[in-house]
Amino acid sequence: MAQEHRKFICITCPRGCALDVTMEGETVVKMEGNSCKRGIDYVTGELNDPRRMVTTTVRVRGGVHPLAPVYTESPIPKPRIFDLLAEIRKIELKAPVKFGDVVIENALGTGVNILASRNIPAKSEAS
Amino acid sequence: MADKKYDVIIIGAGVVGSMVARFLSRYKLDVLLIEKDSDIGMGASSANTAIIHAGYDPKPGTLKAEMNVVGNQMFDQLAGELNFTFERRGDYVVAIGPEEFGKLEDLRQQGLENGVPGMVIINGADVRRREPNINPEVSGALWATTGGICDPFGVVIAAAENAVVNGVTLMTDTAFEDFIMDGKRIVGIKTNRGDFRSRWVVNSAGLYSDVVMHKAGLRPEFKITPRKGEYYVFDKAEITINNVLFPVPSATSKGILVTTTVHGNTIIGPNALEIDDKEDRSITREGLDEIWQGAVNLVPSLSLRYSIAEFAGLRPGGNAPCANPDVKYNKDFIIEIPKEVDGLVNLGGIESPGLSSSPAIAVRVVELLKGAGEKLEEKPDWNPIRRARPRFRDMLPTEQKLLIENDPSYGRIICRCENVTEGEIVAEIHAPIPARTYDAIKRRTWLGTGRCQGGFDTPRVVEILARELGVSPLEITKKGKGSEFLVRPTKDKEVE
Amino acid sequence: MLKEKYDVIVIGAGPAGLAAAIEAKKTGAQDVLVIERAQELGGILQQCIHNGFGLQIFKKDMPGPAYAQHFIDELAGLHIDTLLDAMALNVTSERHVYVTSRTSGFLELDTRALVLAMGCRERTRAQIALPGTRPAGVYTAGTAQRFVNIEGFMPGKRFVILGSGDIGMIMARRLTFEGAKVERVLEIMPFLTGLTRNYVQCLQDYDIPLQLQHTVKRIIGNDRVEAIESVQIDNQRQPIPGTEETIPCDTLLLSVGLIPENELSRKAGVSLDPVTAGPFVDGKMQTNVPGIFAAGNVVHVYDLVDWVTQAGFLCGRNAAQYAIAERKHHGRRVKMKAGDNVRYVVPHVLDKESLAESAQRLQMRVTLPIEAPVWVEVMNGEERVTRKAELYVRPGEMVNIDIPQSAYDAVQRASELSVRVVRR
Repeated sequence: MAQEHRKFICITCPRGCALDVTMEGETVVKMEGNSCKRGIDYVTGELNDPRRMVTTTVRVRGGVHPLAPVYTESPIPKPRIFDLLAEIRKIELKAPVKFGDVVIENALGTGVNILASRNIPAKSEAS
Repeated sequence: MADKKYDVIIIGAGVVGSMVARFLSRYKLDVLLIEKDSDIGMGASSANTAIIHAGYDPKPGTLKAEMNVVGNQMFDQLAGELNFTFERRGDYVVAIGPEEFGKLEDLRQQGLENGVPGMVIINGADVRRREPNINPEVSGALWATTGGICDPFGVVIAAAENAVVNGVTLMTDTAFEDFIMDGKRIVGIKTNRGDFRSRWVVNSAGLYSDVVMHKAGLRPEFKITPRKGEYYVFDKAEITINNVLFPVPSATSKGILVTTTVHGNTIIGPNALEIDDKEDRSITREGLDEIWQGAVNLVPSLSLRYSIAEFAGLRPGGNAPCANPDVKYNKDFIIEIPKEVDGLVNLGGIESPGLSSSPAIAVRVVELLKGAGEKLEEKPDWNPIRRARPRFRDMLPTEQKLLIENDPSYGRIICRCENVTEGEIVAEIHAPIPARTYDAIKRRTWLGTGRCQGGFDTPRVVEILARELGVSPLEITKKGKGSEFLVRPTKDKEVE
Repeated sequence: MLKEKYDVIVIGAGPAGLAAAIEAKKTGAQDVLVIERAQELGGILQQCIHNGFGLQIFKKDMPGPAYAQHFIDELAGLHIDTLLDAMALNVTSERHVYVTSRTSGFLELDTRALVLAMGCRERTRAQIALPGTRPAGVYTAGTAQRFVNIEGFMPGKRFVILGSGDIGMIMARRLTFEGAKVERVLEIMPFLTGLTRNYVQCLQDYDIPLQLQHTVKRIIGNDRVEAIESVQIDNQRQPIPGTEETIPCDTLLLSVGLIPENELSRKAGVSLDPVTAGPFVDGKMQTNVPGIFAAGNVVHVYDLVDWVTQAGFLCGRNAAQYAIAERKHHGRRVKMKAGDNVRYVVPHVLDKESLAESAQRLQMRVTLPIEAPVWVEVMNGEERVTRKAELYVRPGEMVNIDIPQSAYDAVQRASELSVRVVRR
């Protein structure tokens, strides 16, 4: 079977290793450039089910800020990112919001929860 | 409102229009001051070198020379009455190398002819002692002790505010369109906000003074050619000079100078580029390079590493011949009541030294009106004093403490580089001439002019303006309609 | 309730300041105060809502606010004083701190050790001398980030981003998420200036073009940005004529570098390295001014916040140790006070240990003449430490008295000694 070379940049950590991957069809036969084994997991993921962490904001009523930052508890499938953002845009929380609050459970049926990444105290609380 | 008849309408609230309004506010007159922009002082007055010139530069016999020298002498009293920052520090025309030294005496003679007091030529060693960072090739300097520096926006704002407090009506966002004539008599003006009747109109339209006089059928040959001047501003933590330093002037220009400001920054500039567009205040790579070359010739140790801002201003340069036919000069000020029409005080070509000349021009306008038969009865309750609002940055710790005890909003710093407080911003928003835009607050408080150039304060100022004006942050602008900072709430996505 | 004197005052409650305060307290500093100009702790992390934080310290990928929340919670449990919505206006080399605040008023505080943790600021349009008009719609990436993530407003619809720094690339993705169009990221250097992984997950993932060796030639539009003109540059950083392209947009974001924020440091007499633009520091993160320490982006610009936190820990530990030593030292000193008919005494303070080495001479002048025999007495309250006889005293003639080495024990008991002149 013919071999194919593909290049990836691992985004698992800030090091950003440049990976040289040799493939036969769908199978990885050789990898160079990775500093740790997470590079292998990354390439496998990118080939079969690319996923990303998503961070954005959600509306908050009555808080010290009008928005609360939120994040996916684990990476979600890349093709679903904009569907998820649209879903999050529909929501409005009520202050106070607590760090770790589940904003959406099992978002879009991906099995991934959307969590608040900080406290947003209610307006009166703060003053 | 359209039925109201004013005694005087002043077109243009730059330094000249504002100063005329202030001097006219002394008399029992209904005065309307109109300004096409969202704030006063946004035209030629919005960007200049902030120098009150001694008066040795203009050609003897010209209105420029006369107004400059008379205006300069008025600034001590004016600064005292209107409470703007003015420091009579003196200025230096610096000769580099032996050839330039000879020109200092010519300049001094010209100054003497213009009636400039207090000029001394000092030698190179003296210059080096007073200004250690000067080019060591310095051969001497003309020291003009009456030169000064000021807060140029402060002058405009203080004058216009004093006028308003004394009864002058100010309308911003109001653009002159045409005169309303009754035969050869001007009886009012048309604007984008309706017609206004008046017995007198003062043309102080600066860059547009030619357009205004042409509408009255006057001086068809007169043309304002905007002359752009670009500047660099340096971080005040890196002060390299202490004085106002001019090069020896060329035939066409006072040259690129290096000067300190009342806020403690060093600025360099301007160049002089004639352009057509009366609104083109863009900065150019070529222009910046030009002023840099000129400036390092005076002060070689300047470093661009400490540049914190660049800006450009437009001088409303005219082509009017000197009123005195014996003086060969064709870029003089126009200050006249023309014979061709009735009811117009015509000002034109008021470029540098316009700021220095502005109070003298205002006094001349009053004299012209008197000469035309206006009685000009003084108001018994005219108040020449305009009180300054607190400036936290300039206070001692004990004064700052008292100020905050009085009003806690002065305890919150909004501009971290220039130490401008929320209290100062709120006071400007609710002042007699309200500051309604970011730039209006900037001109009044000097906020956002420091090394971070508004990066820190902008979101906070937008919030304060929205709160105090009772509008959405989406409506807050940098400098008037069309310059909104924000386009929509983050979560209100629109499909594009 | 604030104290007048602290063991450690930390200026800035970003990652460096939070870490320094926490570690100072854990090291044994008694009173620790954090001064923060915002109305909440966390600094710039609160607007950095993206993930990528904490991999070094927590071995976990966290969003910025979550990373901050961890330290905010820990700080709250340690009884560390905080002063929010407060700006340190000035700091002297003797560590006297002037603070202004809307809620707490104007304050003057003293501290045995000071930690500078003011972070950094963004380079502006002016610092790269970008030609063109000066309309609304030119923002640094961080200012735009604050508008979008905290204030809840979009600063534009169509963006061009100058600079491939991390904040610029992260904002490209962020703006795309919120429905804006990012036309282009331009980078003057021939290489990416941010992290490669941000190129992949912020630009590549969303097909946002990156053009290396390109810059903004000029900004167009009088009131609001209408377009920018881009240009390609050669290896000598000179524009290549003919490569200009007008890109319509309403906003230009700048991600062109960060500069340590050291205006306060200067006021305190801290020497700065012209290369880093931060203070010269020793291995303890102490500056040239004894007792003044610095940590985080105020020292040099970091790539990862985890390293900033570690610098904060190191700095906080050393600041606390300095303060503790200062306290002990302070206990070894005794104040000299002018008592009856004594105008002043020099020295004003005596090191108790100095008596172990030699007798200590006090010099003074009297207030009024006494033309009769007198005692010059050194007193610890009602206990006499030593005395000396004089036949008379006059204001014009200085009086000396030595505290003998034999008074060592008596002096150890004192916190203050007074000197008086009384008739025999």
